[in-house]
Amino acid sequence: MSELDLSTTLGNAWFPTPIFTASGCASSGRELAQFFALNEIGGVVTKSVMSKARTGRPTPRMAETPSGMLNSIGLQGPGIDVFIEKDIPYLVSQKARTIVSIAGETVEEYSTLARKLRSVAGISAVEVNISCPNVENRGLVFACDPEASRRVIDGVRRTLGGELPIIAKLSPDVTDLVAIAKGVVDAGADALALINTVLGMVINLDTMRPHLGGKTGGLSGPAIKPIAVRAVYQVHAALPKTPILGMGGISNGRDALEMIVAGASGVSIGTASFGNPTALVTIQNELRELLHAKGFASLRDAVGFAHREEAGK
Amino acid sequence: MTMINKNAAQLNAMVVSNKRVGQYHQIILNVGDNAEKCKPGNFVAIKVGGDNSRMVLRRAFAISRVTKNVAFGGTIELIVAPHGQGSKWLCAQQEGALIDVVTPLGTAFGIPTEPVQVLLVGGGYGSAPLFGLAEVLNARGCRVDMLLGASTANKIYAPMEGKRSVNSLRIFTEDGSMGQKGRVTDPIPSLLSDLDIAVVYSCGPMAMLAAINDITMQTEVIHQCAVEESMACGIGICMTCVLPVANAQGEISMLRSCIDGPVMDGALVQWDKVGEVL
Repeated sequence: MSELDLSTTLGNAWFPTPIFTASGCASSGRELAQFFALNEIGGVVTKSVMSKARTGRPTPRMAETPSGMLNSIGLQGPGIDVFIEKDIPYLVSQKARTIVSIAGETVEEYSTLARKLRSVAGISAVEVNISCPNVENRGLVFACDPEASRRVIDGVRRTLGGELPIIAKLSPDVTDLVAIAKGVVDAGADALALINTVLGMVINLDTMRPHLGGKTGGLSGPAIKPIAVRAVYQVHAALPKTPILGMGGISNGRDALEMIVAGASGVSIGTASFGNPTALVTIQNELRELLHAKGFASLRDAVGFAHREEAGK
Repeated sequence: MTMINKNAAQLNAMVVSNKRVGQYHQIILNVGDNAEKCKPGNFVAIKVGGDNSRMVLRRAFAISRVTKNVAFGGTIELIVAPHGQGSKWLCAQQEGALIDVVTPLGTAFGIPTEPVQVLLVGGGYGSAPLFGLAEVLNARGCRVDMLLGASTANKIYAPMEGKRSVNSLRIFTEDGSMGQKGRVTDPIPSLLSDLDIAVVYSCGPMAMLAAINDITMQTEVIHQCAVEESMACGIGICMTCVLPVANAQGEISMLRSCIDGPVMDGALVQWDKVGEVL
């Protein structure tokens, strides 16, 4: 069983396992390093970073919901310069494979961020988060607009050149996800991250107003897993050669395998880490056992297995 | 900030006892050697609801007292108000049950190096960690005076055995049903001017902490407070429990109450900006 090959690739980046943190659910790795070695997992996807330091949205920023939670952080972060100076060297020192997630308010901001990352050593890939729901202007969620999505990815691709793989992170809150996925792949995305949180709201019945300071928030956790599996399945069916980093409510090895056979080459664990700091390692071990039990010789054999042709057809 | 929560571990803790005390439950958990690392002010994050629960987030509780070197392993004590679904589940756990905990988390109360005079102020069950703190301060030779307040008598938590480490204890209720009628903050200005108090330690609702800070800011007295913001993870990765805090240079940033707190320097917390966008 130990010989089972868990390795995976996203674009030209190789990872020893398909288990990653989810952007915004691991900060920059230090906090989880107390609970497991960061190089034990496939990689760390860092919290989406913007050009400048950002304080984010007002509190309350969190509401637990049935089998899930809403968050409304609003991309609080140190800004790209401090991030490159302080966080990247730490991740490199831990031998963590790192996917840097970037977020911008304009097409140009994404390109500026990509330019700063181009010369930084120790990065495996760049996740371009064009789907954070916690921004004031819903029109600024690039991933809701096929043309805006293409322009962001095109700008990042031109700036980065052909070296670092680009992973475009998309929102499920759209009418035609496949069309947006095809657009960003045409524009130069090497891989897709599916899905960002689903826009939601909780009303506080004491105040009779929206509970979150930012009123709306992103729903995550097991409550959204079927949405995520559907999104991964649909996009893999349309773009079978594009690797997908699947996420949305994965809490155990069975969830991870479900996402993988739907078409994901890797899976990110987010909200499960909030409830269990060792979730990534547990899920990785469960996935390894489950792949073996199901008779797969490698992770690769399982990716997209749910799409196989039915016997006799 | 090279190591965050360096003493924290995830472990299965056995419920040693679970007793109802007024409106609250006193729950004692066996955490073995981990107790050696738990200090007053630290908290524990507990998985609630069992394996098939629809509650996906841990619940954070202040550690009220720590007992080390007992025959069956070290224990931590929690005082829990069974208000929400998670705390009700915890209060329903029987002796012998195993529960998944992560502890110790967060910052601890700073203990003076000299045997100075200190004032402890607690609101509601926020008083719980102050009794464990009082023991530590008493052992350091500090004179410990304590004020406890709540809206009404049955929300006061003041165990008999906790009073041993306290020089004086005064209780205030807003409805006058126990102790003096009034707010726990009422006597603080005169106490600070009459006595040679070096540090005020506080734990309770945010409005109480802010009111205490308004008083201590008029003096040279240090105010160490345990803040309360709703948390999703308790370990610093979710960024939900933030509040505005200044650094020594006066620059304000949104710090996480789970890893930069819960114990903070009250003088640096920007009380008027809590819950706002900076």
